[in-house]
Amino acid sequence: MTGISALGIDVGSATVKVVGVDDAGALCWDALEPAQARAEVQIARMVEDARRACDTLGGGKVALIATGCGRGLVHQAVREVTEITCHARGVFREVGHGGTLVDVGGQDSKVIAIDPGGAVTDFAMNDKCAAGTGRFLENAARHLGVPLESLGRVALEAREEVRISSTCTVFAESEIVSLLAHGVAVEPIVRGIHRALILRLVAMIRSVGLVAPLMLSGGVVCNPAISDLLAAETGQKVVLPRHPQLMGAYGAALIALEAR
Amino acid sequence: MNPAAGLAYACNARVLGPAALRAARLYAERQARGGAGRSPHLAPPLRIAPRCKEMVARHWLEGRHAQGVRKVAWVTSGAPVEFLTALGFYLLYPENHAAICGTARVAVDLATAAEEAGYSRDLCSYVRTDLGSLFSGRTPVGRLPRPDLLLACTNICQTVLFWYRVLAEHFGVPLVIVDTPFVYGEEAPPHALQYVGTQIDEAVAVAEKVAGRALSAQSFERVATRSRRATELWLEILQRNRHMPAPISAFDQFVLMAPIVELRGQAATVDLYAAMLREVDERIRRGMASVREEKYRVLWDNLPIWYRLRAVAELLAERRIAVVASTYTNAWGELAPYLDPARPRESMIRAYTYPILNRGTGHKLHIMQGMIDDYHLDGVILHSDRSCKPYSLGQMDQRERLSGSLKRPALLLEADHNDMRCYADEQAATRLAAFAEMLEAQR
Repeated sequence: MTGISALGIDVGSATVKVVGVDDAGALCWDALEPAQARAEVQIARMVEDARRACDTLGGGKVALIATGCGRGLVHQAVREVTEITCHARGVFREVGHGGTLVDVGGQDSKVIAIDPGGAVTDFAMNDKCAAGTGRFLENAARHLGVPLESLGRVALEAREEVRISSTCTVFAESEIVSLLAHGVAVEPIVRGIHRALILRLVAMIRSVGLVAPLMLSGGVVCNPAISDLLAAETGQKVVLPRHPQLMGAYGAALIALEAR
Repeated sequence: MNPAAGLAYACNARVLGPAALRAARLYAERQARGGAGRSPHLAPPLRIAPRCKEMVARHWLEGRHAQGVRKVAWVTSGAPVEFLTALGFYLLYPENHAAICGTARVAVDLATAAEEAGYSRDLCSYVRTDLGSLFSGRTPVGRLPRPDLLLACTNICQTVLFWYRVLAEHFGVPLVIVDTPFVYGEEAPPHALQYVGTQIDEAVAVAEKVAGRALSAQSFERVATRSRRATELWLEILQRNRHMPAPISAFDQFVLMAPIVELRGQAATVDLYAAMLREVDERIRRGMASVREEKYRVLWDNLPIWYRLRAVAELLAERRIAVVASTYTNAWGELAPYLDPARPRESMIRAYTYPILNRGTGHKLHIMQGMIDDYHLDGVILHSDRSCKPYSLGQMDQRERLSGSLKRPALLLEADHNDMRCYADEQAATRLAAFAEMLEAQR
């Protein structure tokens, strides 16, 4: 294993990720934890772990760049960079081309247009609403009694689909409760909530303008139904990086590496 | 005139109040000279800013005591007002009052009062702020005079039709509507201009009846001359920002524009903007920039976010972004070429039919394209204003064109000009920061 030359931390609403990169910019160390209420304590501990890894692996005191909605809490960082730039940088390095990146996070989703040189040319984010984000699926999973990790599989195996008309997370919950009360089976509802989320993402993709290839990142990508349904809805092949959940932190580490 | 009201007006609005405001201005000027409240990234406000503030404060103070002394007209921001000024009306702009409430951060409380009375949150936040003020009696300007006349012109939006009907019913006073047909092409058809002209004539007749005197051609021309001169000066001030670095920011303009909206037919307004232009020229000579380390220059589209003016200005300036132009402040400068003091009636018809909001989204795009070239702009911030639908309509397409063929990063920033409940600080900060990073990457 090579030494760590730069670090990136992505403090998201659902998880905190730390990534170390080597001199060549390859991802060589990472850590991921669910976000805790006492964020600063957690961040300090994770950064300390990363520093220890630097000592163990070689690298010593390396630069750290912070991203994500909690980036302002990372006092150890030399700079803050938005998750838009960081995700674009991480994914571009990973897949080696531009296109349209859809990042589906725990609390927000974003669509980022990346030019062939890797620069962000446009972006859109969901606004003041959890629809189209991981939280939307989490809430639905809880109401439906389906474990979050099985949600994608259940959606893909469903033979039928019901329409969830509410794009609002809170109203969608009421709709789910109402459908269950009317005796609708769980599987078609699960597929329906995935469709609702995908349609929300597609609307954002359209607002930026789809330039192929379509790429996906973010924790929600661990759900296999997201990429399958997005591909079906857009008619585009969806490219997935190897570590979709780490792309923000990876991009931050790459920027830290360049800034050395 | 009510003698008691007349005495109170003379004492408070003409002697004591102005003296207090003058003292406040002198204090503000002294504070500014001492460097109080200076930002590390922004230039200090113009030296003339306290004088502008004093002038606006005097106007509202006068309004507080105007009832029973002067005839009062409540008017929309785009209304043809030169004949009202010539007839001696005190003009009150509810939109400006709402903006004052917005900057004073009392708009949500007032809007809530309107919502409790049954007005939907989907209505413009200016409307809700003002109706809430009316229903609750609360206002940061002390007291609003009761109108004798209402004048609503549809050249800014259709909401004013319903807003002013509510006011007419509430106060039981005459409402004059000047309906300006939407201009789809380059020129309004002759019948549309004739239609507007007929309504202005009718408005003049009603205003004369309320004022109890006839409109003097000489006064009308004098007011039109001042209006023209003030708007010319305002446009010149804005155009000085073609200089790099820009001497004043659009955020300064948002504050300094109050007199061009509500006092534009007055001699003092002409003097104020003439002095302002001199100071702006002095800044250019001295190489003084509104954003100390100006690197990127951007355009602001739509109304400002009144309750976050300073925060957004600071956030952008920190990243060396100067907002040097705005379609909103430009809208009052655009009036200048149309106003012809020799033909006040005819020129008013054109001036008030052609505002940016009474024309197509393609026209606004054309204006923005011209500003990008003239002001050497690197990007555009499109404030998608939840309250101002006519201004926000078309911004998605405009953004696509700006970032596509013109290769200028364009950010759609969702907010509301007065309703803080529609604004999230953290989310807006992330969007603005990402926009700044886009500008940096494209340099």
